This record gives sequence, C-alpha cells and structure tokens, in this order.
Amino acid sequence: MNRPETLPGRETAAPAGGGRIEVRGLHAWFGTHQVLHGIDLDFSPRQVTAIIGPSGCGKSTLLRTMNRLHEETPGTRLTGSITLDGEDIHAPGTDAVRLRRDVGMVFQRPNPFPNMSVRDNVLAGFKLNHEKRKDEREILERTLRSAALWDELKDMLHKPGSSLSGGQQQRLCIARALAVEPKVLLMDEPCSALDPVSTNKIEELIFELKKSLTIVIVTHNMQQAARVSDFTAFLMVGKLVEVGATRKIFTSPEQRLTEDYVTGRFG
Amino acid sequence: MIASESQLQRRQWLSHAMTAGAFLCVLLALVPLVSVLVYIGGEGLRAINLDFFLHLPKPVGEVGGGMANAIVGSLELLALACLFGLPVGILGGVYLSEFGSSKFATAVRFTADVLSGVPSIVVGVFVFTLMVRPMHSFSALAGGVALGILMIPVVMRTTEELMRLVPGSLREAALALGVPRWRTILLVVLANARGGILTGVMLAIARVAGETAPLLFTALGNRFWSFSLKEPISSLPVQIFTYSIAPYDDWHRQAWAGALVLILMVLSLNIAGRLALRRRMEKAR
Ligand SMILES: Nc1ncnc2c1ncn2[C@@H]1O[C@H](COP(=O)(O)OP(=O)(O)OP(=O)(O)O)[C@@H](O)[C@H]1O
Ligand SMILES: [Mg+2]
Repeated sequence: MNRPETLPGRETAAPAGGGRIEVRGLHAWFGTHQVLHGIDLDFSPRQVTAIIGPSGCGKSTLLRTMNRLHEETPGTRLTGSITLDGEDIHAPGTDAVRLRRDVGMVFQRPNPFPNMSVRDNVLAGFKLNHEKRKDEREILERTLRSAALWDELKDMLHKPGSSLSGGQQQRLCIARALAVEPKVLLMDEPCSALDPVSTNKIEELIFELKKSLTIVIVTHNMQQAARVSDFTAFLMVGKLVEVGATRKIFTSPEQRLTEDYVTGRFG
Repeated sequence: MIASESQLQRRQWLSHAMTAGAFLCVLLALVPLVSVLVYIGGEGLRAINLDFFLHLPKPVGEVGGGMANAIVGSLELLALACLFGLPVGILGGVYLSEFGSSKFATAVRFTADVLSGVPSIVVGVFVFTLMVRPMHSFSALAGGVALGILMIPVVMRTTEELMRLVPGSLREAALALGVPRWRTILLVVLANARGGILTGVMLAIARVAGETAPLLFTALGNRFWSFSLKEPISSLPVQIFTYSIAPYDDWHRQAWAGALVLILMVLSLNIAGRLALRRRMEKAR
C-alpha cells in the first residue's frame, strides 16, 4: 500500500478560508458490512482530488463520511479520524449541521427542490434555516454566475427548479451548494447523468471553483479525472490502493492494480 | 419470432375486446353512483328552498322551517374534528415515516389500521364514556373529538405513505446544505408531500362529514342554535336521520334536502381544497 504522509505539491499554503481535510485510519460500516478499511488521505485547498475505483468500492461512502452524511443512514458506524483545518469533525462538541455549511455536496443525480423556484433553490441553505439575508440578490447573482447559469436563467428565476434541463439542474445544485460559502465541495459523479456539453460546462466550472475551494470529485470517467484533477486516489474494495499527482497516476503509477484500472484492463 | 398476420389480427381483436370490457365495467360502476346522485338531486331540489338554509326546524306538526342550525353545526363539528384529528394524524404520520422501523412504530401502525376498521359507532360509545358521562352532557366538543378520532388513522397513514414517496435525495440535499433534520423533515419532506396529504385530509373530512352513529352518542342534536362547545349541537347527518325515520311527509322532504346539502358540502370541500392546492402550486412557479 502506498500511503505517503505528504505529497509533492500538496504543501501549498492554505488560503485564509482554509478547507484542508485529513482522513486518518478511516473504517466505515453499513451494519456488519465493512465498506472502508483504513483510509488515509489528504485533501488540500485549491486542489481538485479525484477518487476513482470500481463500482461498490466505497467512493461515495468515503465522500459521505466527510460531511457526516454517512451517519444519517441507520445502522452505520465508523472509526478513525477526519479533520477539517485541524479540527476533528466527530469531536463531541462538533455539530454535523454546522460542518455541512463548510463542506458542501453535489450528488450524482441533480436534486433541486421541486417545490421551490430557481431563486429559492439557490438560497435554500438560508431559506430552509429561516435565515434572513439582506444581500440575497447579490448572493443569487454571484452564485448563479459562478455556476455559469446567470445568463441562462436570469429571466426565469421564478420558475420551479424542476423545470430546467438536467445539466441546468445540476449547475443549479452546484450554485445552491456554493451559496452558503463552503470551504470544501464534495462532488459524487456530478456528470454521470449529463450529456457531453453539460459535462464540459461543469468541468470548466470546476477549474474556476478550485481557485477558492477544496474539491473532491468521484468519477467513473478516467478522461474526466485526468482532465480536471490535480491528484487522484484509487480505491478498491474499500482500500486505498494508490494516491498521487494525477499525471503520475495516469502515466506511471506505482501499483500494478492502478495501471490495470486506469488503462481499462478491468473495472 | 415475428408474429404472423393472423396472430397480429387476433391480438388486435383481443385488445379491442379488452378495452370495450374495461369501458363496460366503468359504466357498470358508475350506474349506482350516478343514480344515487340523480335521485338525491331530484328529491332534494324539489324540497329545498331558501327557508331551509335560513330557519330553524319548526315544532312537530308545523310545516316549513329549515336546517340552518344543522348546517352550521356540521361545519363547526368538522372544524373541531380537524382541530383534534389533524395535528395528531399528521405528526403521527411524520413519526411513522421518520422513525418507522422501531417496535413502537409497528405497534402504532397496527393500531391505526385496526382503528380505521373499527365501526364508527364504537368510537361514539368510547367518547360517550370518556367525555359525555364525566361532563354530564352531550356536547359539540365530544362530537368533534369523536369525528377527530375517526380522522386520525386515514390522515396518519396517508401522511406516512406520502412522506415515504418523497425521494431520499431531496432529504439528503437539505441535510447536505446544513439544514437540521427536523427542519428538513418539515420544510422539505412534509412540504413536498403537502399536496397529497391535503388530498388525504379532504378525503378524511369527506368520510367523517357523513358520520351519524358517533354523533348520536356525543353531539346528540339540538333543535335550536347552539354556540357553546359544552352543549349538544345539531348536525346534518343526525338531522337527516331523525327526520327520515319520523312519520311526517314534510320531514321526509326536508331529509332529502338535507342529504343534498350534505353531498354538496362534501363536494365543495373537495373542489375548494383542490383549487387552493392548484393556486398554491401556481404561486410556487
Ligand atoms: N445504504 C446502504 N446500506 C447498505 N449497504 C450500502 C449502502 N450504501 C452502500 N452500501 C454498500 O457499501 C459499499 C460501497 O458503496 P458505495 O456507494 O460507497 O460505492 P461506490 O464506490 O460509490 O460505488 P458506485 O461507483 O457504484 O457509486 C457497497 O458494497 C454497497 O453495497
Ligand atoms: Mg457512488
């Protein structure tokens, strides 16, 4: 197993906002079924880390431990530690709700709130918490712009979120996640339900977003991982096989398994 | 294998025959329904007049009068029933859908199913023992409680089912935004199930609006206006019952009129509910 403590290029100074996640010795279970077996991984600010691996290897589970969504499923368990900017996210005093403000998530299938307008969807993080914001209008425009949706949607802010195309819905969900100003954005196969044009738009978006965020993206698409990520982690049956600079993983990985997987020999 | 010409024809013929059969069955099902409506409509329209809506029942032997107090009484009883039945029913449904795997929830669900099968007269007797006897009086309050209890199982199970239908991905979307669980349940899950729950509530109201037996034991009936919760109150079903078993022709006529009003009330409840729903959905877009 190759689990380097520090990786080349990862020591970049964190921006003021922070957003550094360190996973140490993470084990996770669904009932008695162990899904993750001792994962050690770092995710740095302003970097995109891709998580790849065969179906069912625990990529989504790993992602969902980082915003503590894993524990929302009854019967789940986990051991090990995850820190966000040095603070243990499972420490007794830590609030999962508060944590999720800092660690946003985009899901595989676009899931805008169908009973809310485009506008309310973007502002959902505030609206659902009954938080009044004076700068709603600015937040709306800023986040829709950064999700490359403003020009398309500025005249239909009152349409229901579910009336958009799949690609627009997914970007709306990204905007919704960005509105609460997270430090980390977790993306679970964000393009798997989308056409190539929408996929392309979201990849461009990732380039923009990584200027200010830590991004973790799960993908089944090797080209996508190669295109968008700085680092790539390869998981198999709940174990981390290899992690390193994306270029290295795709050209000269250290593990035989990794090479077989990224060249499409299995998986 | 590709079907031959004759096989195709047979399938087409079979398809037509089935469609015709289904259509016929629909007609057959509609016959009793429509004839009840037409008959009540005919009899009711002949008996109904403005007095019916504006006046109190006349003393025995006198012709005329109306059921104004029964109409208002029914509305009051239904409002009370909603007041007692809806919070328990809806919150119970929320509990079942959110924490539905516990032993206790299984017991609650079973009880609700049994309760929805219990004859309404039993609920009447129950409330009689529980409220009427200790309070030494039949009352509007007891009537409302009885109807409310009858509403609970329907409302509870519809709420549960409809909340379960809300995709888990919406719940996760809210949680992932840093929305606490209870807010997620109320503002996302319940809000998205709202339309269906409202329909369930309307069905429940429509079901209890015509209940007679439980009211005989609780609200009893009243020939006069009653605006106190502690006193017996008149209601359409009980009034219809009393009038139709009486030996006077004029009362029979009024019973028909009452039946028509009751049906129209249930119908307009439905329509009003649906319209409100549509308006709210249009406002959302
Ligand atoms: N809700 C659940 N209950 C029980 N087991 C689950 C649940 N969700 C996932 N699992 C199990 O956990 C393991 C890892 O699942 P996970 O969703 O993390 O895989 P994945 O790598 O994201 O797969 P995919 O690429 O198909 O999305 C699988 O074996 C799966 O069967
Ligand atoms: Mg997955």
